[in-house]
Amino acid sequence: MNNIDLSVSIGKLKLKNPVLLASGTVGYGNEISKFIDLSKIGAIVTKSISLKPRKGNPPQRIVETSSGMLNAIGLANVGLEVFVKEKLPFLEELKTTLICNIAASSIEEYVQCIRILSEHEIIKAFEINVSCPNVKDGGLIFGNNIEAVKKITSEVRKATEKTLLIKLSPNTADIWKFAEAAKNEGADAVSAINTLVGAAFDIKTKKPKIKNITGGLSGPAIKPVALAKVFEIHRNVDIPIIGIGGISNTEDAIEFLIAGASAVQLGTINFINPNAGIEIIEGLKNYCLQNNVNNISKLTGSYNLS
Amino acid sequence: MIIENSKVISNIEIANNIFLLTVRSPQIASHGKAGQFCNIKVSNSNYPLLRRPFSICDINNDEVSFLFNIVGEGTKILSGKKENDVINILGPLGNGFLLNDDFDLAVFVAGGLGIAPFPLLQKELKNKKQIERFFGARTAAEIITLDFEESHWATDDGSLGRRGTVLDLLDSEINNFTNYKLKIFGCGPTPMLKALQKYSEEKKIKCEISVESAMACGFGICQGCPVEKNDKSGFYLICKDGPVFNSSDVIL
Ligand SMILES: Cc1cc2nc3c(=O)[nH]c(=O)nc-3n(C[C@H](O)[C@H](O)[C@H](O)COP(=O)(O)OP(=O)(O)OC[C@H]3O[C@@H](n4cnc5c(N)ncnc54)[C@H](O)[C@@H]3O)c2cc1C
Ligand SMILES: Cc1cc2nc3c(=O)[nH]c(=O)nc-3n(C[C@H](O)[C@H](O)[C@H](O)COP(=O)(O)O)c2cc1C
Ligand code: FES
Repeated sequence: MNNIDLSVSIGKLKLKNPVLLASGTVGYGNEISKFIDLSKIGAIVTKSISLKPRKGNPPQRIVETSSGMLNAIGLANVGLEVFVKEKLPFLEELKTTLICNIAASSIEEYVQCIRILSEHEIIKAFEINVSCPNVKDGGLIFGNNIEAVKKITSEVRKATEKTLLIKLSPNTADIWKFAEAAKNEGADAVSAINTLVGAAFDIKTKKPKIKNITGGLSGPAIKPVALAKVFEIHRNVDIPIIGIGGISNTEDAIEFLIAGASAVQLGTINFINPNAGIEIIEGLKNYCLQNNVNNISKLTGSYNLS
Repeated sequence: MIIENSKVISNIEIANNIFLLTVRSPQIASHGKAGQFCNIKVSNSNYPLLRRPFSICDINNDEVSFLFNIVGEGTKILSGKKENDVINILGPLGNGFLLNDDFDLAVFVAGGLGIAPFPLLQKELKNKKQIERFFGARTAAEIITLDFEESHWATDDGSLGRRGTVLDLLDSEINNFTNYKLKIFGCGPTPMLKALQKYSEEKKIKCEISVESAMACGFGICQGCPVEKNDKSGFYLICKDGPVFNSSDVIL
């Protein structure tokens, strides 16, 4: 059995394998492409793009915590115009499947971004960031409010035919209700999870270790939380889930598939091992071979609760 | 930019809590330049999770060395590395010092571990430019001599060289170099770099500084390492746009 099918379908989007690289952890592809063959990856998700450029937060933006890190980058990004002019051409050359992640502070801004970017053939799907914990306007405010998620999803759905992913915040009770709202308004899938709100203090100076005081926790530390959220959504809502949170190796990725994810995204691990994506694709293939799984999608939600 | 599993050749405590780590990294050695750095994974576990950035201290054939002191868990683990241990190193990263602009006397100014990039810089400047070295440390016990020839030393407690800061020392000697076109190369703690920025501006001396910050990736994908642009229009990324900056281009 050598013909293992690693491909997965999410809405109209057909991915050659279920390993994606997460928003904010691959920039716009150019730097990381020196370490990893991006044409072999399921897809890359861009850093959140907003209509206008954002400078981002002042330092210190990151700090390491136990098996994880806090970040408050503040959605620093080049803005839509520069993205289209300067970043898209390179992404076209890479021959990778491209998903654009959008962040905005109003529904109109989301819609406007999607309208402009929809014209670009190379962009295969949108991931809507309703859940960034690190900007004062938007982000978490939307991510915590089910009515806002409904409204954003339905307006954005009207603006594009392309595959639509809604990236959910874990910083809320009943994440499945948000997934259900996204599904009812026409989203093709949900991505879960974004970072968890966290903080760290210096015990000598008593100052917060990052300037923004709170930041988003990512990395292996959040994996059990992310798995529980994926599982919760899978049990309650019939929508494809892209699992994210602390995935560092093949075993982690398989756990997410078992818990209900159709695909996974790698985040923080890209900073440490920028070739992790390729290694995990190989690892998934081997797992399938050894376990007589001919189609990776059969793993999705294959948990055994007996 | 390469990821290289590198064998430790030696790891020597050359002063109190200060280590000189030498590894065999042929590819990094063949590409590395003075002022660049490497991002080192000090353990194979999640403890610590992220790589740790260190300046390239020197390169000899296929060997690369790093100079570091123990400040926390990551550097403590690194200090325990023994001959033949293998360390995963990502580099060389960043831009390095600019050497082909118009100067004939290079003035090295370093505080503490800021001395790290200068052995390689000295090598690259050899037979091309003259060099004066000004190094500062807290006490004589923390002095790192490496292979430097005649250097000017200052210590905070006066236990070696002139008592005071390295900038006081520099200022006391600067008038000896009026016949030269100077360029200062600075590396050290941020307060020292700030003082150096001010000094070089007042004296109208060309100056490059090597800047530090917390880093996750080290190669431009996390945006974790900002330093403010002089015109306040935004931030440079220290790992990608630096770590060496023209002193007047950044606000520390
Ligand atoms: C470009 C560059 C070159 C460097 N070169 C050298 C060198 O040649 N020799 C040397 O001894 N040290 C150097 N450093 C500093 C070195 O990286 C830190 O001392 C080291 O990361 C400490 O790790 P730790 O786990 O022991 O300390 P911990 O205190 O456990 O962890 C330090 C954590 O804080 C972060 N951090 C916060 N502020 C800073 C800051 N201002 N600088 C660095 N890290 C910070 C680190 O990224 C790390 O995650 C350099 C730093 C940079 C950015
Ligand atoms: C430095 C950093 C920046 C991030 N930026 C974004 C972003 O711009 N948009 C977004 O939707 N998620 C962003 N994320 C969240 C990740 O995409 C991912 O959801 C999260 O880090 C959890 O995955 P991980 O544990 O594998 O890192 C960022 C994460 C990190 C660590
Ligand atoms: S350390 Fe990641 S961008 Fe500089």
